[in-house]
Amino acid sequence: MAETIIETLPPGTRLALRAAPEPAARLSGAFGVVLPPPLLTAAHGGKRAALRLGPDDILLLAEEGAAASLLQALAAVPGAGPVSLTDISHGQIALRITGPQAGELLNEGCPLDLDPATFPPGACTRTLFGKAGIVLWRTGAAVFHVEVARSFAPYLRALLDEAAADLA
Amino acid sequence: MLLIPCPHCGDRPEIEFRNCGEAGIVRPTAADDAAWTAFLYLRSNPRGLHAERWRHVHGCGRFFTLHRHTVSDRFESAP
Repeated sequence: MAETIIETLPPGTRLALRAAPEPAARLSGAFGVVLPPPLLTAAHGGKRAALRLGPDDILLLAEEGAAASLLQALAAVPGAGPVSLTDISHGQIALRITGPQAGELLNEGCPLDLDPATFPPGACTRTLFGKAGIVLWRTGAAVFHVEVARSFAPYLRALLDEAAADLA
Repeated sequence: MLLIPCPHCGDRPEIEFRNCGEAGIVRPTAADDAAWTAFLYLRSNPRGLHAERWRHVHGCGRFFTLHRHTVSDRFESAP
């Protein structure tokens, strides 16, 4: 069986968008991705992605260093209505888990059903891994993107490495 | 593990949720000791169907009401 690879992704821009579907839709053009994606799915285009984690809870991911210009561009959208937009780029880091056993590896600490039938590529959600709250996004059949609070990252990484050793 | 039906996310593991106590407790508008005692301290604690508030804290973050049978722990539709 091929190895499961856990890698820390380079820094990126993260914006927490709280908005009802209608105001969120008006920001689509400025962000470059159609907002809001269906509940618990991600939409992405180029280096940008929008993860719909709750009815009015959207996590925007963008390239490193884009926070200031994005905030300005999104705030300048005319008539966007009541939205809350917060730069949380430095609050969390991203991991990528790749390999045919990536789902099994995550199930060592996360009780979600990660079968491709119930959690297909494009699905995303907030959940728990061990005691750490994570954002889990399946970017491919055997690829998961994990966002975790920076302070929890060493804990999560240690648990994942231990789980990987158990699977190997 | 108990699977809790979140109205937004579907069946999810119980560790993603927080129980927020009995549902339908109305805050008194008048400064009446008996009404406030009931509001703050008195709960029905039934053996049977119990209306409860839950929060999907490690998920969509939303509050919602469920009816749980306190003997079987099954979630059932409202009586």
